[in-house]
Amino acid sequence: MTDYGAVGLKAGIEIHQQLNTKYKLFCKCPTLLRDTNESTYEFRRYLHPTRSEMGEIDQAALQESRYHRLFTYKAYDVTCLVENDEEPPREINPDAVDTALEIALLLNADIVDKMHTMRKIVIDGSNTAGFQRTALAATGGSVETCLGPVGISVLCLEEEAAQRVSEGGEGVVYSLDRLGIPLVEIGTEPDIKTPEHARETAQLLGMMLRSTGKVKRGIGTIRQDVNVSIAKGARIEVKGVQTLQLVEDVVCNEVERQLALLEIRDELRERSASVDGSIIDVTDVFKDTKSKVIGKALKKKDSAVLAARLKGYGGIPGRKIQPTRTFGGELSDRARLYGVGGLFHTDELPNYGITDDEVGRLREVVKAGDDDCIIIIADEKRRAEDAIKAALERAAVALEGVPEETRRANPDGSTSYLRPLPGAARMYPETDVPPVEITKERIDAIELPELVSERTERYKKGFGLSEEMAAQMARSPNYELFEEITQKYDMQPNISSSMLTSRITELSRENVPIENLTDDHIRSVSSLLAGGTIAKEGIPALLRVMAWEPDKTMNEFLESAGLTAPSSGDIDDIIERIVNEKKDFIMEKGERALGPLMGIAMEELRGKVDGQTVSSKLRERVNNILK
Amino acid sequence: MPSTTGQTVIKLDNGYNIGFRSEEIQITILESKQEGSAEALSQESKQQESKQIEPSGGLPQDLPKVSIISTGGTIASKIDYRTGAVTSQFTAEDILNAIPELAEIAEYNAQVAYSILSENMKTEYWVELARKTHEEIKNGADGIMITHGTDTMGYTSAALSFMLETPVPVIMVGSQRSADRPSSDNVVNAVCAAITCTSDLGEVAVVMHSGTSDTTCHIHRGTKVRKMHTSRRDAFKSINVPPIGEVDYKTRRITLAENHVKRGERELGLHDKLESRCALIKFYPSASPDIIDFYVSKGYPGIVIEGTGLGHVSTEWLCSIEDAVKNDVTVVTTSQCLYGRVCDRVYDTGRDMLRIGVIEGEDMLPETALVKLMWTLAQTQDGDEIARVMRTNIAGEITGSTRDEWLL
Repeated sequence: MTDYGAVGLKAGIEIHQQLNTKYKLFCKCPTLLRDTNESTYEFRRYLHPTRSEMGEIDQAALQESRYHRLFTYKAYDVTCLVENDEEPPREINPDAVDTALEIALLLNADIVDKMHTMRKIVIDGSNTAGFQRTALAATGGSVETCLGPVGISVLCLEEEAAQRVSEGGEGVVYSLDRLGIPLVEIGTEPDIKTPEHARETAQLLGMMLRSTGKVKRGIGTIRQDVNVSIAKGARIEVKGVQTLQLVEDVVCNEVERQLALLEIRDELRERSASVDGSIIDVTDVFKDTKSKVIGKALKKKDSAVLAARLKGYGGIPGRKIQPTRTFGGELSDRARLYGVGGLFHTDELPNYGITDDEVGRLREVVKAGDDDCIIIIADEKRRAEDAIKAALERAAVALEGVPEETRRANPDGSTSYLRPLPGAARMYPETDVPPVEITKERIDAIELPELVSERTERYKKGFGLSEEMAAQMARSPNYELFEEITQKYDMQPNISSSMLTSRITELSRENVPIENLTDDHIRSVSSLLAGGTIAKEGIPALLRVMAWEPDKTMNEFLESAGLTAPSSGDIDDIIERIVNEKKDFIMEKGERALGPLMGIAMEELRGKVDGQTVSSKLRERVNNILK
Repeated sequence: MPSTTGQTVIKLDNGYNIGFRSEEIQITILESKQEGSAEALSQESKQQESKQIEPSGGLPQDLPKVSIISTGGTIASKIDYRTGAVTSQFTAEDILNAIPELAEIAEYNAQVAYSILSENMKTEYWVELARKTHEEIKNGADGIMITHGTDTMGYTSAALSFMLETPVPVIMVGSQRSADRPSSDNVVNAVCAAITCTSDLGEVAVVMHSGTSDTTCHIHRGTKVRKMHTSRRDAFKSINVPPIGEVDYKTRRITLAENHVKRGERELGLHDKLESRCALIKFYPSASPDIIDFYVSKGYPGIVIEGTGLGHVSTEWLCSIEDAVKNDVTVVTTSQCLYGRVCDRVYDTGRDMLRIGVIEGEDMLPETALVKLMWTLAQTQDGDEIARVMRTNIAGEITGSTRDEWLL
C-alpha cells in the first residue's frame, strides 16, 4: 500500500457538468443531441495556431498543429452558423450565467464583478473556432470532505466541445450537436490527499451540482479531469475520467506510473544511458520480412523502416509502469500522434513475425550492444521520421524523470499521452462577446437549492424513510411531486416514494412507455388510493395502462387495469365461495390454512380491495368453520 | 489590459481575464515588468517560430515574385493587445510567419498601403491603390496580392478592374473570420490567392472560399463579384456569371475557365481618374424623388438607380429624373434583384425612363455600375460617349448573354 503522504501526492480535480438550459451558451439552438445518421450536411476544416494577446503561442496548440489534420464536422437541423464558426456568437445565455452563480454560492466562492469571456485555444478540432469560449465566474470557496476542506480554485462557465465521432486516415470526424451546450467547470486546489479522497471530492461536487436541478443527467453529461503530481514527479492532467471509480483508479495508477518513471530514471542514469537521436534507414534488413505489419507498411509509397538506438535502455521499454501498460507504450503514444500504427522495440522482439535473424541484423546495422534497445517504425518515410523523432524525444526525457503532460483516461483506469500541458498563453479575450457585469442585485435574487444530502436527511427524519429510500427519493427529479402527494393525500411516505421510484423503474424494465406518465396521472393514482377506490397492490397495473394509453378517462383506466371495485357484498360472496371450496383443507390445516387462502383470494381481489380487509374477513370465516 | 469602461481587467496566471468595479478596489504594484522584456519575449518566440517555418531543405529557388499590398484587412494583420492597435509594421516576414505555407509558392515583398477597415475606403484610396499596383507590375512583379477587408472588397475590385490594364494577375483576398482565430479562413484564402498570383491569369480577381469547407477557393472576376452573406466564408459569389476559376487548397491545383484573360494578353496601362461625386440610390415603394433633386442640386454628374425588377422606379420619380438628365446628369438603372438583366422596354415606366434618357445598366451589379460611372465620367465629358461607354463591356462587367445556370 502506497503511503500517499510520503510520496507527496498532490491531486486536484476538474468537474465539467452540462447545464440543462433551453438554449446553448452562445446561440439559440436547443441543447439536444442527435444521432449522427440524422446529420443534414458536413464540412471540412483545418486549424492553425495563433498568438495570444501577449504574443505567445501555446505549446499544446503548436504541437497539435504539426499533425496537419483535416477535420470533418457533421451538422444538423438543430445547429446553426454559430456552431459552424460562420457567425459571431450571440450574447452569453443569462440562464446559464445564473446557474453558474447559484453553484458558486453553494461553494461559498467569490463571484467576479464582471465575467469576461475568453477564447481558450484548443486545436484538436473539437471546437470549430479552434478555441473554446470560457468565462471565469468565481474563485475561492471550498467543499468539506472527510479529510478537511478542499479548496475551489476556479468556477467557469464554458461551451461544451463537439463530440468526436471517429478518427482515422487523414483526420477526425466531429458531431456539432453537442458543441455549445453550456458547461460549468469546477476546478479544485491540489488539496486532495489520496485516491479515495479524490473520489469523495468528485462525488460531493457532483451531488451539489445535481442539487440545483438545473444540470443534465445521464452518461456523458458530467466528466472529470484529474490533476496529479508527486514530490519528485510532475504535474499530469488526465482528461475525460468518466466514472467515480475511475477517478480513484486513475489517481492510484498515476502515482504508480510516476514512481516507476523515477525508478527508471535512476536506473538509466546509473547505466549512463543516452539517446543520441540519430535515425537509421533499416529497410534493407526487412526487405523479405514475414512481419505483416512491416510488410503492409512497406507497400505504401515512399515507405521505409527507420530505427534508432537507445543506448543503455535494454529492458526498459518492456517494463510495466501502469497495470496494463509499459514504458514502450509511452514511446509509442508519441509516435502514433503522427499517424503511424505504433512502434516495435527490441525488448518485445523477436515476435509479431519479426525473426531472431532480423533482430540480429538490426542490432548489427545500428551498432547496438546487448544493453541497448532499438526502436523501429515502418511507414511512409516522412511520417515515420516525424514519429520516431517524437518517440526519441520521449525516451530522452526519461533521463530527467517525469514529463508534464496532458493524458487521456482509458476505460481500464490506465492513461495514455495526449499533448503537452497547455499554458496561460492559450487564453485571449473573446472580443465578440461583451463582458457581463454581475450586480449585487443579480446575486441576491438567486435562490439557493436544498442540497441532496440535506434533503435525504429531511426525508429520513420527517417522513421516516430508510436511508436508501430517502437518498433515492432525494436524488429523484420527482422529489417535489413526492412531497406534494404525500402531504395532500396523506399517503404513507414509503408507498408514495416507492411508487415514484422502484414501481416506475420496474415498469420501465418491462418496456412500458413510462415517459407518457404525467404528474397528473400520479396525482390521480394517489387520490384513488387515498379514497380507497384502489389498494396499493393495484398501483403498478394502473400505471401500466396509463402509460400505454395516457389519454383515456379514469373509469377506462380502472376497467383496463381490472380494478373496478367490487361492492362489499361481492367481496363477502367471493370469500364465502373460496372458504366453502376449501373446507377440507381448512379442517386439515387449521389456522395455518389462512396464508394459502389469502393468496387465492388476493388473486381475484388484488388492487381492488385492501389486503388487510381481505385478511380480516377471511380470518373471520375460517374461525367460524373451525369453531 | 486596456480598459474601456471604467473597469479594471486583470489577467490571472491561468490566462483568464476578470473585471473589477474600479471604484471598489485598490491596486498595489508588487513588481513591474522590465522595460523591453515583453519585446524580448516576443522576439524570442518569433525566432522560435521562424525556425519552425523553414521547409526542410531550404527554400525552393527561382520562385515567382509576388507583391503583397495590404489595405488593412484582417487577413495577416497583427493586433497589439497591449495598445489595442493594429500594428503598422508589416513585412513579408510577418506574413510568412502567419502563413508559412506561402513560402513554398512565391517570393514576396510586402507593403502597407493603408491600415483601415474596408468600410472606411474612399475613391481616392482606390486611385492610389491602382497607382501602387501599376508601379509594382512595372517593377517586374509576376503577380499582385491585395489584402482587403471583405465588406467593400467588391467595390475596390471593380475600381481596379476599370483603372488598370494588367498583364499579370491582380488578386484581392480577405478573410471572413479574423486571423486571430485558429479557424480563420485567411490561410486557405491567402494560399489560394498566391497560387492564382503565379497562374496564367491576367486580370483583376477576388479569391475567396467557394464553400464553407477549407477545400477550394473560387476566382471571381473583379467586376462581377459581390459579398452575399454577412459572415459565411463563402460569402463572395460571382453574379450573373460563373466564377472564372477554382483553386484546390491541398493539391494547389488551379483550374481556369475558358474565358479568362490570359497572362500577358494585355499591355500594362493605367487610367487613374475617378469622378467621386456619383451616387447609388435604392428605390423602394413610396420613396420620395427628393433624393434625386438633392444630388442634382449638389452638382453630382452621375446617379445609379437600384430599381425594382427589370429596373423600375415609380411614375412619381420620372419628373425628377427628367430634370436630372436635362441638367446633364448621367442616370443609369440597375436592379435590386442583382441577378438578371435590366430591361426598360417591357413596362410603361421603363419605356418612359428610356425616353427621358436613362441608360440601362445591362447585367451589371449596382455597385459595379456606380464605380464604372465614376470612372467613365472622369474619362470623358461627352454625353453620347458616356452613354456608349456605359453600355459597352470594358472589364467583363457586361456579358453578351444571360445564361440559365447562373442564379445563386
